Amino acid sequence: MTRPKLGLRGVRVERSGRTILAVEELDVFPGEVLAVVGPNGAGKSTLVSLLAMLERPSAGEVLFDGETVRGGLLAYRRRMAVVFQEALLLDTTVESNVGSGLALRGVPRAERQRRVRRSLERFGIESLARRSAHTLSGGEAQRTSLARALALEPEVLLLDEPFASLDEPTRRTLIDDLDRALSETGTTAVLVSHDRSEALRLGDRVAVLIDGRLRQVGQPSEVFAAPADEEVAAFLGVETIVPGLVRSLDEGWRSWRSAAATWRRLRRSPRAARCWSACDRRTSLSARRPLPLQRPAPATVSPPSSGGW
Amino acid sequence: MDLIWDGIREALRLIFTGNGEVYEIVLLSLTVSGAATGMALVIGLSMASLLAFRAPPGRTLVLSFLNSGMALPPVVAGLVVAVMLWRTGPLGQLHLLYTPAAIVVAQAVIATPVVTALSAAALQTLHPKLRLQVLALGASRWQAAWLLFREARLPLLAAVMAGFGAAISEVGATIMVGGNIKGSTRTLTSATVLEVQRGNFETAMALSFILLALVYAVNLYLTVLQQRRRAS
Repeated sequence: MTRPKLGLRGVRVERSGRTILAVEELDVFPGEVLAVVGPNGAGKSTLVSLLAMLERPSAGEVLFDGETVRGGLLAYRRRMAVVFQEALLLDTTVESNVGSGLALRGVPRAERQRRVRRSLERFGIESLARRSAHTLSGGEAQRTSLARALALEPEVLLLDEPFASLDEPTRRTLIDDLDRALSETGTTAVLVSHDRSEALRLGDRVAVLIDGRLRQVGQPSEVFAAPADEEVAAFLGVETIVPGLVRSLDEGWRSWRSAAATWRRLRRSPRAARCWSACDRRTSLSARRPLPLQRPAPATVSPPSSGGW
Repeated sequence: MDLIWDGIREALRLIFTGNGEVYEIVLLSLTVSGAATGMALVIGLSMASLLAFRAPPGRTLVLSFLNSGMALPPVVAGLVVAVMLWRTGPLGQLHLLYTPAAIVVAQAVIATPVVTALSAAALQTLHPKLRLQVLALGASRWQAAWLLFREARLPLLAAVMAGFGAAISEVGATIMVGGNIKGSTRTLTSATVLEVQRGNFETAMALSFILLALVYAVNLYLTVLQQRRRAS
């Protein structure tokens, strides 16, 4: 099994006695884009601060390359890059902004210029190189911020709502450019967003964070098709939520009864199964669309022993 | 009016005839107030960074003290420093009273609240997340401080100018802890007071003009530094 690039174990963040974030386990694997979605105030930015080594947890461990991070945060920070919702550029030219992280690391001038130029080209802002950062439009500024982050060739790129302040057309083209940049460079990335479409578009895996807790982590298709609970479903925009009563649970299938019909469906997520018993077999279930009543016989499907199916 | 013209003429004469005593006084004023401003900057910028970025509990209370400190009567500051430096005072063994060092300390006490309060206000105008972004870019603590100070250089240099202005224009504390000793602790302001007391209004006026010219030159330099844009 591949060793995770970044990981959280039993992490809690408390502020003035209130738990902001509590994550039992989260891994970010090399080369993947993990999209963390959740409503405002779910603890997404705190999660980024933890992963970026800008904040230490009240309890638990942060792992980098499988090793527990204890101190020397600067050295870890220099292997990563962070893009925030606001571009937060320095009061200088676009060019020196893009080179600023490299300058802080003492990268020699020639090498710096080469990497700055490549990063400017990657985001199509070579023509802005000599412009003052404070004269840029919102989209141009965020491009500069992304170029600044990728010029560092970071081992992990952390993106904290990078598109939230942009208008729709700008957002769409910038998402395309970022997607291409990420796949070309194979950069490991964590994208935090309140926008489900961004997560679906960029994420190899999706994690749903609500009220400071990870409710579900999995492939986008999996998470969107079988949300773990009603809140996750509601956040992901599932429109049809049919209340029902669980009738039986066997061989990887579940069946339940609503007012109108009896439903049968493959149980995909082990978390859903936990919810089953926790809910004492009474729960609100969610479905994106009415499900067919007939499915292949259970015998042809292997039971979900280890979370897959 | 004649007095003003005579004063200007006398000032030019003093400068251009190479009056050794005047040069000595000018040099002492500059170095003493420069050192005091330097001390105020070191203390002020550290405290301002703490107040602006770490948001410690009681920040508003501390800032209200500092803001009041900007109106601290220099004579009070001088008195406190003098009492500390008296031979029987807590710092008496240092034998600093009536030395230029004592004037530096007194002027630093006067300039520090000015520099701290204005710097804290300057740093608080930065985007609250800019510090995180700079750290995330891989800045060490010192690099981060330098970058953030550079971002706020316009209001920060205004704080420096205000601090230097408070230091060099000060006279009450300077005389109290310095003693206005010829060739040792006589500054432009204390010399001016002395000349006025002696009835040499012309010389007093000349020294005042030299002081104004000096203050202008320093502030011109700082203003150029402040207004210089790194990008067109």
